[in-house]
Amino acid sequence: MRKNDANASSKKLADCILASFEQRPFFDQKAIEMNKDWPLWEVFIRAKNGLSHKHAGSLHAADAQMAIENARDVYCRRNEGVSIWVVESKYITASDPEDADALFEPAQDKIYRHPTFYNLPDEVKHI
Amino acid sequence: MTQQEALFQYLLRLGDNALILGQRLSEWCGHAPVLEQDIAITNLALDLIGQARNWLTLAGEVEGKGRNEDQLAYLRDARDFHNLLLVEQPNEDWAHTIVRQFLFDQFNYLLHNELQHSTDERVAAIAAKSLKEIKYHLKYSSEWMVRLGDGTEESHNRMQRALDALWRYSSEAFLTDEIDQLMAEAGIGPDLHKLEPLYHQYVAQVLDEATLQPPTDTYMQRGGKQGLHTEFLGYILAEMQFLQRAYPNMQW
Repeated sequence: MRKNDANASSKKLADCILASFEQRPFFDQKAIEMNKDWPLWEVFIRAKNGLSHKHAGSLHAADAQMAIENARDVYCRRNEGVSIWVVESKYITASDPEDADALFEPAQDKIYRHPTFYNLPDEVKHI
Repeated sequence: MTQQEALFQYLLRLGDNALILGQRLSEWCGHAPVLEQDIAITNLALDLIGQARNWLTLAGEVEGKGRNEDQLAYLRDARDFHNLLLVEQPNEDWAHTIVRQFLFDQFNYLLHNELQHSTDERVAAIAAKSLKEIKYHLKYSSEWMVRLGDGTEESHNRMQRALDALWRYSSEAFLTDEIDQLMAEAGIGPDLHKLEPLYHQYVAQVLDEATLQPPTDTYMQRGGKQGLHTEFLGYILAEMQFLQRAYPNMQW
């Protein structure tokens, strides 16, 4: 293999790796803009004070206020929540499933990160 | 007319407004423009039917002839219904539905805001409970007024058309009769003449924000409160009452 070819080849590989690390938008921006439907929103509900907001689902709405009200009607009809967050789906960035190996597997064999190697004194409660 | 008879009629007005508008809104179930609004509008319908149950149950008690909410809802004829003409008007399109809702919600909110301080504790309790729902209804319909009125050319035109068509039914609520006066004197209901300027002030604010023109036609239809209805109520009742009429005393 000539030197130039080798360079070109390794550059191509580097591009591929870099591209795969680039975080991808959750939804294709152009597809959303071309769509005449109302934008999609992700809904987060706080079940009760003291708990964090949890993802409840998604819905369509023309604006943020309508998204809150739709979320109230769709996801809080049965007393599910005390607070609602909405965010347009296009602003959510998600990890690429193809990167799952690199992102998550390295944590699997690091059991020492779990706090299971300590002997807790009997006096310590609520842990 | 005794105070008891007047109260009975007054409670029918409250109950029938909620029942007939609830029945109207439920026609959207499965047909609304988008799924989320389908759920939203039927939530409103369920709120209203819940309110109607409370008012009609109390009406039956006040009447003292052993009629319950179901008998009052399903076994009265059009002439004995006392809802406003506004709430029986057809859904037409989303614009008509929203304008009708807004014109009613604004009145209903002011009314319940007063009724929660009624000298009749039962009336005050039902009103206070309903008021939370009605507050949301008003917020919902006001936002849609602005969203569509100040939206596209098409949505603006449809809203203006709906407003022009429904305006003549917007003031019936404030045209008082003997029953309204008796209830106001007893402290059970509010003095509607005091609410009217507030109503028009709030409606004008929202119309202004929605870039809609208040119709200049000031002729107002009346009659619903006294049992004289538009042609539409008969069709609503035919559908709503069919089961109990065809199979009397049928239980769910």
